[in-house]
Amino acid sequence: MLITPAIIALHLITAGVTGTVVLAGGFAVQILRSWDIHSGSELQIRLERQTYLISTLLGFALCAELLSLVLFVHTAENLSSQFVGAMCATGVLNVNAFGFPSLLLKIAVFFLAALWLLLNGVDQRGYDYPLVRLKYWLLLAIAPLTVAEAMAQTVYFLRLEPEVITSCCGSLFGGQQGVAAELASLPAKPTIILFYTMGGAMLVLGWAFRRGLALGLLFAAGNVLLFGVALAAIIGFLSLYVYENPHHHCPFCLLKAGYDYLGYALYLALFAAVASGLGAGLLAPFRHIPSLQAVIPVTIQRLTWTTLSGLGLFYALATWLILRSNLVLLG
Amino acid sequence: MIRTKLSEAFISLAQSNINYSLGLNTQLTKETLCQRTGELCVMRAYFERQQYLIDYALAALLRRKARNLGLLLVYTLLVFLFASVLLLSQGLRREAAILLQDAPEMIVQRLVAGRHDVLPAVELETLRRIRGVGEVRGRLWGYYYDPVTKANYTVMAAPERNLSNDRMLIGIALSRVRQVGVGDVLSLRAADGTPALFRIAGVLESTSELLSADLVLVSAAAFRTLFQMPPDQYTDATLTVRNPREASLIAQKISLALPASRPLLRTEILRTYHAVFDWREGITFLCLAPLLLAFLVLAWDKAAGLSPEEKREIGILKAIGWETGDILRMKLWESALLSLTAFLIGYLLAWWQVFYAGGRLFTPVLKGWSVLYPDFRLTPAVGLAQILVLLAVTTLPYMVATLIPGWRAAITDPDAAMRG
Repeated sequence: MLITPAIIALHLITAGVTGTVVLAGGFAVQILRSWDIHSGSELQIRLERQTYLISTLLGFALCAELLSLVLFVHTAENLSSQFVGAMCATGVLNVNAFGFPSLLLKIAVFFLAALWLLLNGVDQRGYDYPLVRLKYWLLLAIAPLTVAEAMAQTVYFLRLEPEVITSCCGSLFGGQQGVAAELASLPAKPTIILFYTMGGAMLVLGWAFRRGLALGLLFAAGNVLLFGVALAAIIGFLSLYVYENPHHHCPFCLLKAGYDYLGYALYLALFAAVASGLGAGLLAPFRHIPSLQAVIPVTIQRLTWTTLSGLGLFYALATWLILRSNLVLLG
Repeated sequence: MIRTKLSEAFISLAQSNINYSLGLNTQLTKETLCQRTGELCVMRAYFERQQYLIDYALAALLRRKARNLGLLLVYTLLVFLFASVLLLSQGLRREAAILLQDAPEMIVQRLVAGRHDVLPAVELETLRRIRGVGEVRGRLWGYYYDPVTKANYTVMAAPERNLSNDRMLIGIALSRVRQVGVGDVLSLRAADGTPALFRIAGVLESTSELLSADLVLVSAAAFRTLFQMPPDQYTDATLTVRNPREASLIAQKISLALPASRPLLRTEILRTYHAVFDWREGITFLCLAPLLLAFLVLAWDKAAGLSPEEKREIGILKAIGWETGDILRMKLWESALLSLTAFLIGYLLAWWQVFYAGGRLFTPVLKGWSVLYPDFRLTPAVGLAQILVLLAVTTLPYMVATLIPGWRAAITDPDAAMRG
């Protein structure tokens, strides 16, 4: 087991987040059972009061989750010098079977948490808390994921033995089998065309969605699809342009100081865009609720704007990386 | 006296509240306007609302100067301690990496019964014959215990300096401790008990003090006389590798050609340094953990123990229309302002302590110790990851610890609060 300040901080954050979410989960059960906005009972008043605490606590916990995602990837990247065979975060996450599950769980919790915060923000602006049940059901779905994430991360760090010889990104993304190898072997030209077509489609869809909110679910699905296409594009061709090497497909080496920490800018723009796009799309079906009729359209406009700006930044950055590269992949 | 204080507090409270209510009114007007002018208005109204809350929180913090100042001091001390550990170890890691850049790519030592032994000169030839090996040099170096200073010196032969057999170059720390300078004579005791006299030809400059603090450079012949080492033996050998990517393969070949040897790679040394500093840093962090816990208990206690005056204040705020959420937000801003101030002051103090005051606080723990330890300044650097770790360890727990008492205060009924 390794003991570094970043690992201690990650344990602290995860323990705090899990504790808060589990506590809030207990409260969610109580809300789902007894919430009645029309009642003036003592229990209802107590529940209403507790919602303030729970939503503020969860706001903190979920911001901490974002911090933990960035810190986790950075820590894995930083530890790569201590493992034989590891050249970046990929190798360190591969040291045992719990590295990648921890990362994927963190990403899942991040998106669900962002969705929860958006739901909560909208719900609190409706005088009758119309989404209260939905948001606490969602919370009950997040709670087991945070527990699983905390367990996976703890086991991952406990089993992090520097003696283990791990495999570098070259063998994961350059192998013959597995999702990573499949993504790396995508042909460049069709992937580039798909990447830019998807960007164009999202721009049109975003513009249409701002005018007609009925397209909400389609916009949310488009964001999920775009997230997948963007990750495939990073592994398939964008990384090649950055490293100027036709065989280096690693999406983690982008986070290295040697590449000016470009990965952080790319991923933060993408994650922010997709999280707000997902939120905007999923909020749209609730626009007919009377107490939210004024709130939801304004929120959706704002979120769609964030999505399009984030995607604009991501695509601009990606295009700049391709144009400045000396690698000739097409032609 | 108390009455005057109370009335002052209420005047300030009323003023802040007027500002805040104005903010709310402005927001209402703006929300109506926003239907026409669009999105930016809502954002502006939101920020204005936060600005009024900050104004109020700041006034509230200043009204209870003594209590908050005490908390700020302890909080700053906590950030200072954690930040000192992080900045110092980061500086040391950087320094080690910079120094090792110029170190030989590989060192080959001979082992006898698992212990480091002298290397016969004939083995240098074996090393030269391995394909891929560049230049091979035998090194002569050792430790000399000086009973006068009760310290170990590192004595090294430096053929490239062309020193005559009775001349030596010494490190600055050694020159300081023995109070000798250029032209003075220094006597060392040779391995056969005879005194060996050297005239000091120069003092190694202080820019390389980390390397040269306890260093004594002499000629190869003088070294062999001093330690009674036969001419066909070396302490160890350094070698360069033509293709650095093949370093580990060449190390394997060396182990096969000279089974009683131990090749040490520069990358391995760097890896060990990283591991050692990470571990020491982590252990120091764990040692500071009880302090963090004690601080959190203090913060919780301070936030929970509302004075009758504060309870009255909250009661009045709620009676004049503040919502529970507003009070909670105001309390959060109080914590955030206090945290930000403590974080900035603590971090800057730690920065000064580590980079300009010699980092004395955690130096023995993180750097190690020695009689003749080099006195060197670390290069200042800020790491974003470090700041994130620091925020996660200090600010986040503090904000959460003060949140629950803040919420308890916020949900109090106005009449109960005003009655005390």
